[in-house]
Amino acid sequence: MTTTFVPDKLVKPARPWRRTHRSILAMLGFIAIAGLSSTGIVAVTGLAGPLGWYVGFVFSLAVFGFLGSFFRDRVVAVDLFATVLICTAFMTVLIPWVSIFYSVIKRGAPAFYKGYLTTDMLVTSSGEALNLGGLSHAIVGTLLMLAIAALICIPLGIIAAIYIVEIKGRFAGAVRFLTQAMSGVPSIVAGLFIYSTLVILVFHSFSGIAGACALAILMLPTVTRTAEEVLKLVPDHLRAASYALGASQAQTTFRVVLPSVRSGLITASVLGLARVAGETAPLLLTSGYFIKLTTNVGNGAIGSLPTYIFSTLGAGTQESVTRAWGGACVLLALILILFIGARSLGGRNKGR
Amino acid sequence: MITMLTNNTSAVETTPQQASPASEVEQTSAMETRGIHAWFGKNHVLRNVSLQFPSNSVTGLIGPSGCGKSTFLRLLNRMHEFIPTAAMAGEVFLDGQDIYRPGAAAAELRLRVGMVFQKPNPFPSMTIQQNVLAGPTLSKTKVANKKDLVEDCLTRAGLWKEVKDRLDAYGSSLSGGQQQRLCIARALAVRPDVLLMDEPCSALDPGSTLRIEETIHELSESMTIVIVTHNMQQAARVSDYCAFFLSEDGPGHLVEADLTKVIFSNPSDQRTADYVQGRFG
Repeated sequence: MTTTFVPDKLVKPARPWRRTHRSILAMLGFIAIAGLSSTGIVAVTGLAGPLGWYVGFVFSLAVFGFLGSFFRDRVVAVDLFATVLICTAFMTVLIPWVSIFYSVIKRGAPAFYKGYLTTDMLVTSSGEALNLGGLSHAIVGTLLMLAIAALICIPLGIIAAIYIVEIKGRFAGAVRFLTQAMSGVPSIVAGLFIYSTLVILVFHSFSGIAGACALAILMLPTVTRTAEEVLKLVPDHLRAASYALGASQAQTTFRVVLPSVRSGLITASVLGLARVAGETAPLLLTSGYFIKLTTNVGNGAIGSLPTYIFSTLGAGTQESVTRAWGGACVLLALILILFIGARSLGGRNKGR
Repeated sequence: MITMLTNNTSAVETTPQQASPASEVEQTSAMETRGIHAWFGKNHVLRNVSLQFPSNSVTGLIGPSGCGKSTFLRLLNRMHEFIPTAAMAGEVFLDGQDIYRPGAAAAELRLRVGMVFQKPNPFPSMTIQQNVLAGPTLSKTKVANKKDLVEDCLTRAGLWKEVKDRLDAYGSSLSGGQQQRLCIARALAVRPDVLLMDEPCSALDPGSTLRIEETIHELSESMTIVIVTHNMQQAARVSDYCAFFLSEDGPGHLVEADLTKVIFSNPSDQRTADYVQGRFG
């Protein structure tokens, strides 16, 4: 009779499936060897510069990974190689991302001074010194138009998604098809449509509302399709449970289905907003370009960040180009704040 | 042979429990755990379980809900680690080698330790034949004669007669009981040494349950089976050995393990007697 007696002493939780320190060291060593070899390649061959070094680095990774698989335990070697390769791919994708942020911040930073966010360009021309003027008119205009566009588009988009997924109405297929077709509409066409209807026939002038409508048209397919995918994730047994309690379809949809995907719907909305926040072409045709801080969205042109960037860049002097980079900086920051705000809003009260 | 190896609670049981004389026949164990603990985050869910699973036998894991039976089962083929907060301690031996040793390949282990889940889960995009062959296909194992393997596995799972004329139908067209037997056939196709079953009959009707119990009985001639069940009668019917788990407001632990007939007729622990007679839990 075999008996193993294990004393019930205090034991510590462990995770033997995680990478050990040794394997992490091996990985770093692998990267270091590839880096050294790449430096050698750059010194000897025609490859040059950081990009040349990077090409040599990836090449060395592949070669050493292949060679290593002969000498070490095959599974371990393959795992090491694949991990390093994926990390390298991640770094490669990160390069354009970091480079965009770096150049926008580096070239936009000189435009900032104490009053940059709080003054408009009413008495300043874009070629003047950088300690004058600002883009408060553009920030306010963009925020107002985004808010109106969200008010128009988010309810519409979610209702359309509910129609497709929950109601499964007779025209669900047609609605889905049209939404998909709409996502291919060029933004300037949306602008032209609003220009030829709202601007010419209704308002007889540029206006913030017209701009917001153009943005809403562009947002709608993104919001609808994302919301549709999110609603499809709700398992049918949740709906069944609600129906079995005697709830109507409307009660089921609004009290059970929508709350359970709240954060997903918020993500859908923010994706749509981020998609249109930087649109320039439709705004040039609908809200125009304006240099004075105004909150009048019903009548007359109104400033916005994309048109601010567009027009200052067009002026061509060194100061005006710097102002354009400053505008790009603010636009990036605005979208980032939108994202973070929406994520923290959606994360509260566990709603998936 | 199975021995009870925890010294979890009281001073009453300071020595490991001896199995009945009937089980004194020397038998090799296919799998063995020594001092297994499991955690989810800070929550200690399983404490110091040491068990041996004798070759070609059926071991039933019984106990009330939430006592760590399923967690224990999932530790045996390294499915526990898929839960992000999971942690463990102790050793699990398969053929004398710790399956949690550094560098051990979890995928290769799972080829040798198969699993059947609570709900039938045939791959919906595959036909019956493709479902059975999914294991060898996914692990790129060469199969000399696919037709024979499919017939062999389906026969051993007790499904061949019912599906032999429609092997190209999709798995989802079968009834629940047939789907579960298809999943057993799928698990058999990689020729595992050990088969883990996590309440395989809990979603099935009595007829299908009976059919699967017969299947388990036939399979135990050639492989080691560990089965979690909430059904006392089922444990009594299919298992050769039984291990009784209990949590008692703390981490789950092993109370008693022995031959099934001993557990059900003459258990050494009062709590086991109460549980198998339905007095609590």
